[in-house]
Amino acid sequence: MYVAVKGGERAIDNAHAWLAEERRGDLGVAELSVAQIREQLALAVNRVMAEGSLFDPDLAALAIKQARGDLIEAIFLIRAYRTTLPRLGASRPVDTAAMAVIRRISATFKDLPGGQVLGPTFDYTHRLLDFKLAAEGAVARAETAPALVAAVPHVMAMLDRDGLIAPEPAGDAVPDDLTRTPMELPASRALRLQAISRGDEGFILSMAYSTQRGYGRTHAFVGELRIGAVAVEMDIPALGFAVEIGEIEVTECETVNQFKGSKTEPAQFTRGYGLVFGQTERKAIAMSLVDRALRWEELGEDNSGAPAQDAEFVLMHADNVQATGFLEHIKLPHYVDFQSELELVRRLRADASASAEAAE
Amino acid sequence: MTLHADPVAAESYNFAYLDEQTKRMIRRAILKAVAVPGYQVPFASREMPMPYGWGTGGVQVTAACLTPDDRLKVIDQGADDTTNAVSIRKFFQRTAGVAVTEATAEATVIQTRHRIPETPLTSGQILVYQVPIPEPLRFLEPRETETRKMHELEEYGLIHVKLYEDIARHGTIATSYAYPVKVEGRYVMDPSPIPKFDNPKLSGSPALQLFGAGREQRIYALPPFSHVVSLDFDDHPFEATKAPHDCDLCGADDSYLDEVITDDQGSRMFVCSDTDFCRTRQAEGQLGVLGAPVLKGGV
Repeated sequence: MYVAVKGGERAIDNAHAWLAEERRGDLGVAELSVAQIREQLALAVNRVMAEGSLFDPDLAALAIKQARGDLIEAIFLIRAYRTTLPRLGASRPVDTAAMAVIRRISATFKDLPGGQVLGPTFDYTHRLLDFKLAAEGAVARAETAPALVAAVPHVMAMLDRDGLIAPEPAGDAVPDDLTRTPMELPASRALRLQAISRGDEGFILSMAYSTQRGYGRTHAFVGELRIGAVAVEMDIPALGFAVEIGEIEVTECETVNQFKGSKTEPAQFTRGYGLVFGQTERKAIAMSLVDRALRWEELGEDNSGAPAQDAEFVLMHADNVQATGFLEHIKLPHYVDFQSELELVRRLRADASASAEAAE
Repeated sequence: MTLHADPVAAESYNFAYLDEQTKRMIRRAILKAVAVPGYQVPFASREMPMPYGWGTGGVQVTAACLTPDDRLKVIDQGADDTTNAVSIRKFFQRTAGVAVTEATAEATVIQTRHRIPETPLTSGQILVYQVPIPEPLRFLEPRETETRKMHELEEYGLIHVKLYEDIARHGTIATSYAYPVKVEGRYVMDPSPIPKFDNPKLSGSPALQLFGAGREQRIYALPPFSHVVSLDFDDHPFEATKAPHDCDLCGADDSYLDEVITDDQGSRMFVCSDTDFCRTRQAEGQLGVLGAPVLKGGV
């Protein structure tokens, strides 16, 4: 006898209880603390903050713990939390030229004011599994140098002074907020940058990579990559001046792109820009390449039909919270639609065999 | 059902979860949608605590419509007890503390996925649809910039060509759900993936019908008594189809049926997809071939 699909509520509660147990894993193994995740899985925390659009390492670490290490699920948790927060106002644009850098490199100049600072990077490590880590060995302290006192000016500012790179003058216009206004196309560069900055790292990486392989090539050099802390300042109307309300770590990448000129623009270098929360170097570089590829129209370049040049394609598919939700929704029941398709296919088959018989 | 106002949730979140600013923004979009029936109004959809594609648009519209006095019904595939319907109903019980019901006639707000209830809706009711892809032209033209232009210019030739090609190839229009409609002689609209069996119920309904697409950031509406026509041709008129059976539990011959496989030998039965409708009929003593009195009043 048929029993309807009942008891949904109990099934859900039990499934969630089981999930909680699985999340904890073997009780004989010590539980991870949020602080451990924050300190020892910092790059995962950074990714969750960047794509969750919320700078809060503790909450990001908590989300990673709750999500059992599924970073897209953690990003989703942060996004869902973020929307419940009141929007008190907008900060001043952060001054990345005044960043306290922990890493700063330029691929275009051998040496430059402020110097090349490698910082804590995987670059030049040999990717050999370090079995000492499995034995929980203590880490020797790294040597320290005195803090940089000299200013670390942007490489772009130097090129800008010589008129070699397309200027991007500062403006007073208040950009739209992607989280408060629906995306309308064509989107301004400010909106595009917001979407790419919170977009899925894997998607942005692949888009950027495709431009390097010739699908919308932009001839990019990393003019500068810098990682460090910047002050966040807010204008307080009652005081009449800006007050520093905190500090965030960001990664900024500016590319210098070869540009032979077009019908509308003289030959000069052009820019791609990437800015992402935390130490998220791969994402920031990829972002600057995708940004530059999307600028073909304003620079009067040809559209080669490459995916990375297609703003609608890139912007509508970059968000992993949207993508994963829609992808996974196909596991929800669809028996009503499927039933209607079943009947249609049966009818089409019946019609076809009837006309085949008639023909015989 | 009883109220389960979760004190933790009640303390930390606003009534019906969304803050009042957001609700106001959504209500503005709804008003615009009601003023221009069938037109897709962009709105700044928020991340909800359930995934995109799982009814976030409907949930946001419901949240913006709910008042503490409302009585909410949530269905998925016509059923009140499918897991996602249970989850959404629970969400509003926790965050709004509203009364809930499974009876179509008793509900003031009904959130649905993929069905229109069999019991005719009445004046004052709001039916909220969850919409995955709001654009009826999307699978003919993937670009939003293009499809918006097509709506502006009332350029709907492409969709008629598609229906015509169906007839040329299959002898019939091969769209069985999410069957496109024209609203008040102007906008072509996607009725969400309801079976085309439900399409006639869209037109002339005394209830307000609201459609929310969260991921795609669109809201659209059919105000009460809107004239809604399913697209067709004079020589191939629209036909609302269902499985050619009666419900095996309640005997109804006019309700949309789910096909249930009962063993691995090809046996199957047909039951109403609208669980409230089916249960009400059984309680009234109307039984189908396999309907046993023991099932009265539900499980």
